[in-house]
Amino acid sequence: MNDEELDLIFKALGDATRRRILDLLQERSERSLFEICASFVAADGKSLSRQTISQHLDMLERAGLITTSWKGRTKTHSLNVAPMQMATNQWLKKYL
Amino acid sequence: MRIYVTSVLVDDQAKALKFYTDKLGFILKHDIPVGEHRWLTVVSKEQPEGTELLLEPGAHPAVQPFKDALVKDGIPATSFQVQDLNAEFARLRELGVVFTLEPMDAGSVRMAVLDDTCGNLIQLVEMKQELPA
Repeated sequence: MNDEELDLIFKALGDATRRRILDLLQERSERSLFEICASFVAADGKSLSRQTISQHLDMLERAGLITTSWKGRTKTHSLNVAPMQMATNQWLKKYL
Repeated sequence: MRIYVTSVLVDDQAKALKFYTDKLGFILKHDIPVGEHRWLTVVSKEQPEGTELLLEPGAHPAVQPFKDALVKDGIPATSFQVQDLNAEFARLRELGVVFTLEPMDAGSVRMAVLDDTCGNLIQLVEMKQELPA
């Protein structure tokens, strides 16, 4: 894993909304954009725009922290923890 | 002025009529030939004089990309209210209806999303409390 990849991962993790998206996907995988937005409303009644969530999802996907697949004709998002583990082993671990 | 009709854009009107009556349980209100299509509406059994749902032909070239984009993101085309979401979910699943989202909490409502087999996702909602006016 090179520095660019590490940057993408730590940048993706450096935002509370994106960390919450990861937590939501850990609870249940294969969620659509609509379902992720609804989960935000369910959690605290505050709704974020679909466009905002969509941009966060793009950033998480670029960092490799989520993967997408198709459930029928609907695109779904799932957590991918491997890059986080690699980033931990490669850099963060020496301080833990 | 009042809202007497709302619509869903369906791939096939005959197939849609079957799904919306046989599965969802609405009843036919109007079926009037208009050119190559039909003015085809259904109403709720619970509210036969209420707002009609128009099963509108999706023949315009802009319709398919619009519907596909909504389905891709899991976004329902429209929403129906039910008294008991768990009971409806069980009843419809028994009838072979496919749900893309099983009943879940979403703030002041509980909701689920199903596939109408005519190119749309449909949200079912149970109010946990009355919505503010």
